Amino acid sequence: MALLDIKELHATIDEDDGAKAILKGIDLTIRPGEVHAVMGPNGAGKSTLSNVIAGRPGYTVTQGSVTYDGADLLEMEADERARAGLFLAFQYPVEIPGVATATFLKTAINARRKAAGEPEIEALDFLKLMKSTSKRLGVPEDMLKRPVNVGFSGGEKKRVEVLQMAMLEPRLCVLDETDSGLDIDALKVVADGVNALRAPDRGMLVITHYQRLLDYIVPDVVHVLADGRIVKTGDKTLAQELEAKGYAEFTGAAA
Amino acid sequence: MAATQDTVDRIAEVSGAYKYGFVTDIESDKAPKGLNEDIIRFISAKKAEPEWMLAWRLKAYRHWLTMTEPSWQKVVYPPIDYQDAYYYAAPKSDDDRPKSLDEVDPELLRTYEKLGIPLKEQEMLAGVAVDAVFDSVSVATTYKKKLEQMGVIFCPISEAAQRFPELVQKYLGSVVPYSDNFFATLNSAVFTDGSFVYVPKGLRCPMELSTYFRINEQNTGQFERTLIIADEGSYVSYLEGCTAPQRDDNQLHAAVVELVAMDDAEIKYSTVQNWYPGDETGKGGIYNFVTKRGACRGRNSKIMWTQVETGSAVTWKYPSCILQGDNSSGEFYSVAITNNAQQADTGTKMIHIGKNTRSRIISKGISAGRADQTYRGLVKVMPKATGARNFTQCDSLLIGDRCGAHTVPYIENRCPSAQVEHEATTSRISEDQLFYCLQRGIPEEDAVALIVNGFCKEVLQTLPMEFAVEAQKLVGISLEGSVG
Repeated sequence: MALLDIKELHATIDEDDGAKAILKGIDLTIRPGEVHAVMGPNGAGKSTLSNVIAGRPGYTVTQGSVTYDGADLLEMEADERARAGLFLAFQYPVEIPGVATATFLKTAINARRKAAGEPEIEALDFLKLMKSTSKRLGVPEDMLKRPVNVGFSGGEKKRVEVLQMAMLEPRLCVLDETDSGLDIDALKVVADGVNALRAPDRGMLVITHYQRLLDYIVPDVVHVLADGRIVKTGDKTLAQELEAKGYAEFTGAAA
Repeated sequence: MAATQDTVDRIAEVSGAYKYGFVTDIESDKAPKGLNEDIIRFISAKKAEPEWMLAWRLKAYRHWLTMTEPSWQKVVYPPIDYQDAYYYAAPKSDDDRPKSLDEVDPELLRTYEKLGIPLKEQEMLAGVAVDAVFDSVSVATTYKKKLEQMGVIFCPISEAAQRFPELVQKYLGSVVPYSDNFFATLNSAVFTDGSFVYVPKGLRCPMELSTYFRINEQNTGQFERTLIIADEGSYVSYLEGCTAPQRDDNQLHAAVVELVAMDDAEIKYSTVQNWYPGDETGKGGIYNFVTKRGACRGRNSKIMWTQVETGSAVTWKYPSCILQGDNSSGEFYSVAITNNAQQADTGTKMIHIGKNTRSRIISKGISAGRADQTYRGLVKVMPKATGARNFTQCDSLLIGDRCGAHTVPYIENRCPSAQVEHEATTSRISEDQLFYCLQRGIPEEDAVALIVNGFCKEVLQTLPMEFAVEAQKLVGISLEGSVG
């Protein structure tokens, strides 16, 4: 069974002067173990796609369906989706002043456990999990004592996103322009972290503007998104092709 | 019934024949509704107070009759009929007051347990002594003996008036005079109980002193009076927490707290206030009109107020510090949460009199629903307070678009060498923050509680450990239903 099955998805963004159509018929299927990349120029609808999947307010699905692990994803609230194993690594991770990253993670883990009817995680087990995960991802432990994303550099924020992903053990990871704002060293660290999470029962959707990230996170399938539609699908060589030729071919076609 | 007859007789002795008669049931004897000199004599007699105390009460009452209720605060409530309230109610007659917890009405203990305040457990808890105030009369005092061995006096103020009259007479009304303000003056006339604490020279009180307040009897005005004296070089931390069961009639609560810190002494006073705020329309909530003031009389003395205000329909409260001693310092940390129709006008006053006095004000206000909240603070620096410094930070957080937050800082600086800083921010819980939490699987109400706790962290971390945990939970509970 497909992990994520998107069919004929149309979505609009709510704006002050009315709804604006962004996604105009997306079809995309991710099976467990697969890593899909969605590439596209600015304004193609990449972020809208990740936001609609995650259930962010401000978007309206006007047509089509999204099935996650057999369930109607669009019927679920954003927090239910997350607890069902959907993780979005944010392009711009949000600051929460005064809330230690460790507390935030513990709250997230316990929310999952509570929903599953399990007891809260033991303090010691949480500490062990945090220690081992942060060590593996090269995140200094004191960083987790600092408030969520407050005063973090761009690289630190992305690294902590991946750390959260590792600790929450999602089944579907959506990475929204995780490479933006990273220098090459930070990019490698983040990519290593993501690669370590590749698993036979886990799917990934990597959204990016640049091919660079895909040198490190090598996808099984590459899709080109332009003007709200997937206009081309291929293997990893498609990404290299795009890097050489740019998006002109597709944006031209769309215009 | 014998006890009731006794009470009637005692009143007759003090004030002549009593015309109202008493409404008395088995568990509670109370003075009749209304306020007059006879009621005050009744209260004083019930407490077996010294003559000077009754005189002081009557002086306050006569002064109160000349005063008008203040109206400058930004709160709205229907007029209070002071004659339509009871000014004295005791859960048991004084004659058979329990000597230990074992003698306390099991029903009462069960009520405490429902509130999550099992006294028995607290007795065992390391370092917490409890002077529980239930409906105006202290019913249980624990650890008292142990404290007394060290020279610490921690007892109901009515008991202190009998046992340590010279201390009480010297300090009562010395920080909040009987004529101070409408509600404090009313309190001076009719206060029924509260705590008295004296920490002797050089002693660092090794345990947190804690009082739990509850309001139980319907229509019973609550007028607690607390007096804490920290003698030279001593330290004491005092916790005050309260909760009340649901009811329909508004209840007036006008407490007075006086703190006195001598040379090198330090007093830390922490409050978690969770009185019934009323229903969604504000009906039935408590009116909390409190006067709290501390005097840093000695050199290098320090007073720190921390308050977490989540309850009450209307709150009017300005815990203040009078910084008389040179190098003395005052701190005020406050979290005020108003939801639904709650109103709060709260803040502090820092009066710099001595040289090199310092004050620090950190106020975090959270408003949700249709609630309205005002921070009102005064920083006053007298001409001789050379080198005085103040730092004030007022942050307001709004949840939803129907609530209000107002900041009214008054700064009166008459000393050129003083430094006064004021910072203020107003913000909302952003959609982005909320979505970030949701996307990690945290349900919306938990997410709001998490974000608000983060916003208040600077204040919450000044609370003693056992209170901090309770306060964090309270923050979440207080905001239930504020989103979605």
